[in-house]
Amino acid sequence: MTTELLRFSTAGSVDDGKSTLIGRLLYDSKSIFEDQYDAIKSASEKRGEEEVNLALLTDGLKAEREQGITIDVAYRYFATPKRKFIIADTPGHIQYTRNMVTGSSTANVALILIDARQGVIEQTRRHAIISSLLQIPHLVICINKMDLVNYSKEVYENIRQDFEDFASKLDVKDVSFIPISALKGDNVVDRSENMEWYEGSTLLYYLENVHIGSDYNFIDTRFPVQYVIRPYNDDFHDYRGYAGRIAGGIIRKGDQVMVLPSGFTSTVEKIDTADGEITEAFPPMSVTLLLKDDIDISRGDMIVRANNQPDATQDIDLRICWFNEKPLQLRGKYEIRHTTQTVRCIVQEIQYKMDVNTLHRNLEDKDIKMNDIARISIRTTKPLFVDPYSKNRITGSVIMVDEGTNETVAAGMII
Amino acid sequence: MNYRLNHLKELEAESIFILREVAAQFSNPVLLFSGGKDSIIVSYLAKKAFYPAKMPFALLHIDTGHNFPETIEYRDYWANELGCRLIVGSVQEAIDSGKVTEEKGFNASRNFLQTAVLLESLETGKFDAAIGGARRDEEKARAKERFFSHRDEFGQWDPKNQRPELWNLFNARKHLGEHFRVFPISNWTELDVWQYLAAEKVPLPNLYFSHKRKVFERDGILLADSEYIPKKPTEIVEERIVRCRTIGDVTCTGVWESTATTIEEIIEEVSTSRKTERGGRTDDKRSDTAMEDRKKDGYF
Repeated sequence: MTTELLRFSTAGSVDDGKSTLIGRLLYDSKSIFEDQYDAIKSASEKRGEEEVNLALLTDGLKAEREQGITIDVAYRYFATPKRKFIIADTPGHIQYTRNMVTGSSTANVALILIDARQGVIEQTRRHAIISSLLQIPHLVICINKMDLVNYSKEVYENIRQDFEDFASKLDVKDVSFIPISALKGDNVVDRSENMEWYEGSTLLYYLENVHIGSDYNFIDTRFPVQYVIRPYNDDFHDYRGYAGRIAGGIIRKGDQVMVLPSGFTSTVEKIDTADGEITEAFPPMSVTLLLKDDIDISRGDMIVRANNQPDATQDIDLRICWFNEKPLQLRGKYEIRHTTQTVRCIVQEIQYKMDVNTLHRNLEDKDIKMNDIARISIRTTKPLFVDPYSKNRITGSVIMVDEGTNETVAAGMII
Repeated sequence: MNYRLNHLKELEAESIFILREVAAQFSNPVLLFSGGKDSIIVSYLAKKAFYPAKMPFALLHIDTGHNFPETIEYRDYWANELGCRLIVGSVQEAIDSGKVTEEKGFNASRNFLQTAVLLESLETGKFDAAIGGARRDEEKARAKERFFSHRDEFGQWDPKNQRPELWNLFNARKHLGEHFRVFPISNWTELDVWQYLAAEKVPLPNLYFSHKRKVFERDGILLADSEYIPKKPTEIVEERIVRCRTIGDVTCTGVWESTATTIEEIIEEVSTSRKTERGGRTDDKRSDTAMEDRKKDGYF
């Protein structure tokens, strides 16, 4: 079994064809079961709809199906012989920006839908901006409903040009365009016979083949210690293993490493797993490291290389997306969670609020409410070992938690 | 060397990370064990996550008293294999003491009584996290679940007000009396589970493999003939070759006609099946939102 896992996000509302597209991918890859199909068929009939509404497949909660909207992120799964796919299906409306951010946080690919009749609209821009803020490595722009514009190459080229003009302002590296009709099936799984002028791949071919091998950081060694394993039994009397998930770089047996914050150095004596010892480990593996020297290490510490260290700092600039009904408090105190560390912070400064439709930075409006994107500065009670988010999505991200309500109130990306 | 994990290894790494996070963030977690393949895989992953130490969780089984005998046999064997303490919450005792009332009629099931017994067991044991084997691909309400899913002091799930969950960062903060449900295999599909069980050669209850059994049909679903299900006069018991695709209470778990006797044959069957695995669960069929409603009340 050499199947790889690819996670992609979609965003949109019911009428732009997102659900039809997901339904098409699931249906054509035989990932919808008969009884599921029968259930949504009878639900569609009950609602008085003529066709089987594939959106009912992705909307899971009673409230969502009643209102015909996607509120929360829903996860969908399908597989082909080449890859297994996890879809984070998110709502497109501005009042659910936070859900779009959530669904984008672990995606390899963002699938952005454009209605060929409407071209690039606000929602397209917002989804692209959020995908770029969240540093999703690949964007695939599906220009949908081509059947309604006579499969016109000109319409496609104009939209593509519009998007490229706008995307030049974004921090995105890899953008692809595919003209499709989710309803008719053109270029989704099978090549379209109606668009001979298009020489690129179908959407499924793209998803099966886009290169995701370098989406992790394999350069800068980062191992946040998650848990200390001490068996306390006769067979493993002196065993002291540091369990965690590799957040960056490749760790090999015999490597010289440094432990933060203590600064002590040691050698990797063993990389252990329940399946036996291994000689090297890389992201996103969960392993247990044993070091040659007996040093005091606990959860929240980070194992790195002495010549390649993250910033150890208490003053951090963040780009945040605010999630909570209670607005961000300047000088407010919050809990900060970063890798396996938990500390407190104070919000020192709100620099600007960003318009998620235009990228415009508003320096006057410092009132950060639910779904707003802003740049802020915080000071933490203890140093965190951080990398810029653009360098490492794992060591570059934080969440903020309200200590009174315990709710997760913001997602932050380190600048 | 190619620095890529195959999908099963990546899912395994994610689940192990979650299980270690539970041990680190909670003071008294427990692992919900039903004897089905999903809770078997979660407990198996927990064993791996803390190797060579013992897993820092006990197993909690909510026993309806209406089990397939094979389930109980396997449960005791597996708890012993893992070297775990086994705690049993008994629905029968709750009925006897008058805490819950048994349903009446032909479709009576103790499935719904499990919720009250589960919540009481969590309270008695002072457990602040209950690890479960629910997967997002199983059912539409479960598709909305978080890895770390908050429950209020009444054990209720509030699906419209869930905490956002991003990257690898999990927020387990809670007020006194509240708890969490944690689902380490959220991202696994039924096929992933079977492929992994096969690759790792995990021993499984015999119920999953095809065998001869006395069954009868009700509403298009084959149910095992059992003293716990009263039959209508028109329902005829006959012997067929069947297996379970999911394992739950005998009263609500349908069996499937199948000739799959090895795990490879099960994989073959699952990957070509056109019906969902919970299609045989009568507990889900009571209404379109049966799972969402039960989950809100504290079911897992």
